[in-house]
Amino acid sequence: MSTAIDAARVEKPPAPPRPWTGERIAGAVLLGLWILCGIGLVVYLAAAWNPELFDTYLPYYLSGLGVTLTLVGVSIVLGALLSVPVAWMRLSRNPIVAGIAYGYVYFFRGTPLLAQTFLIYYGLGSFRPELQALGLWTFFREAWYCAIFAFTLNTAAYQAEILRGAIASVPRGQWEAGSALGLSKLQTLWKIVLPQALVVALRPYGNEIILMIKGSAIVAIITVYDLMGETRRAYSRTFDFQTYIWAAVIYLAIVELLRNVVDWIERRITVHLKR
Amino acid sequence: MQDAWTLLSWGPEGWLDEIASGVQVTILLALATLPLGLLAGFFVAVAKRSDEPMLRLAGSIYTTIFRGLPELLTLFVVFYGAQIGVQQVVRFFSPDAYVEINSFVAGMIALGVVFSSYASEVFLSAFKAIPQGQYEGGYSVGLSKGQTMRLVVLPQLIRIALPGLSNLWLILLKDTALVSAIGLSDILRQAGIAARVTKEAFLFFAVACLIYLVLAIVSSFGIGAIERRVAQKGTAR
Repeated sequence: MSTAIDAARVEKPPAPPRPWTGERIAGAVLLGLWILCGIGLVVYLAAAWNPELFDTYLPYYLSGLGVTLTLVGVSIVLGALLSVPVAWMRLSRNPIVAGIAYGYVYFFRGTPLLAQTFLIYYGLGSFRPELQALGLWTFFREAWYCAIFAFTLNTAAYQAEILRGAIASVPRGQWEAGSALGLSKLQTLWKIVLPQALVVALRPYGNEIILMIKGSAIVAIITVYDLMGETRRAYSRTFDFQTYIWAAVIYLAIVELLRNVVDWIERRITVHLKR
Repeated sequence: MQDAWTLLSWGPEGWLDEIASGVQVTILLALATLPLGLLAGFFVAVAKRSDEPMLRLAGSIYTTIFRGLPELLTLFVVFYGAQIGVQQVVRFFSPDAYVEINSFVAGMIALGVVFSSYASEVFLSAFKAIPQGQYEGGYSVGLSKGQTMRLVVLPQLIRIALPGLSNLWLILLKDTALVSAIGLSDILRQAGIAARVTKEAFLFFAVACLIYLVLAIVSSFGIGAIERRVAQKGTAR
């Protein structure tokens, strides 16, 4: 047995040297450029290292990060609650109900989030007397609440589509099997359809959270001091470009972390589907 | 609502002409970004499916960075970063010179980079849908690598990638709204100016939203027409 292995090892010719093809040169050059960029960035940040700046703005950045995460967290959760009735209306057989939900989803997915935020923050100011009469003005006066309101409506539209698509992806036979076993519609939904639908919906949900984190940067324009807002404030006071670089690093870290968490969860919950 | 109609009329009294110029800027920006993003996205996708690990890694770094950063931040980094960079280069030659980066170009680059990193993923999954036999068939009839790509793979690739790309186009149209933050007079900025001057914020921002909706609807009709034509071409062969 051992002689056979030895013979195979002896007879196997050495691997030919990998030629420097155009692809390989291009790869080396491009990767070299990225490495240079990375080194340049580290050198720049080290050269521009300014403990005073850091001490002054680190607390601001942390509070900005907190604002960003709170904003996204609250609007994702509220949006998820709102998306359930919207998705249910979308799936309804009544054309008027389905049409209303379709219009809602189409509007919020078809227009920029920035325009929606402006419409709510600046636009609702036009109805100040009416809102005051209703006692809602204290809510819509604050940029923070307006941002949450706009983001909730926006993400609810996207999440309703994700939910609808996921539920529609479960074959009809599952519903029929549920009712054949004597389960009520709600029981079938809860115990049979949703567990299968959520496997499908996990990745789109993860993407939606990432999109919201990225999209939440726009609240800086309506004077909410989230991470982006703090960055703009720091930049406008110091004219030091590293403020933006740090924000970029933080955003990138959050998004990558989330992406990996979603990947990990997906691997965990699709074990039974792998062969 | 006589008032609103006057405000939305064409001419010195109304704001329709200003908003129309904003629509023009938005459409121009999106149209100028599209070829840039498509081309860059295609090459990044080619890099990411290459046999060469270094090239793949370089492509993945590109997508990771530009898909992970908020579009607004990318825009600011390009706008201010390019300003500082060019300034320093120019200062090197003439110390007193002051340069201002065109916000249209900055917007085009930033949106193009973001678009291309998403487009590269669309192209990559389209590449995966094309069987290896197509390449082998191309080589066996004597086509070169480039010819196989251009004549055999690309026509199929575009058909597969079209739905994903049309989705990205709609996202691009919406993302153009961000350039209003760096001072480009797009729809949203013009609407904002009108809102501030006339104090009719709701009216003008609602009009801006409706214009974006109309652009999206018109685009979906256009995309539908392109898809039908591409599908016909595919079956005719």
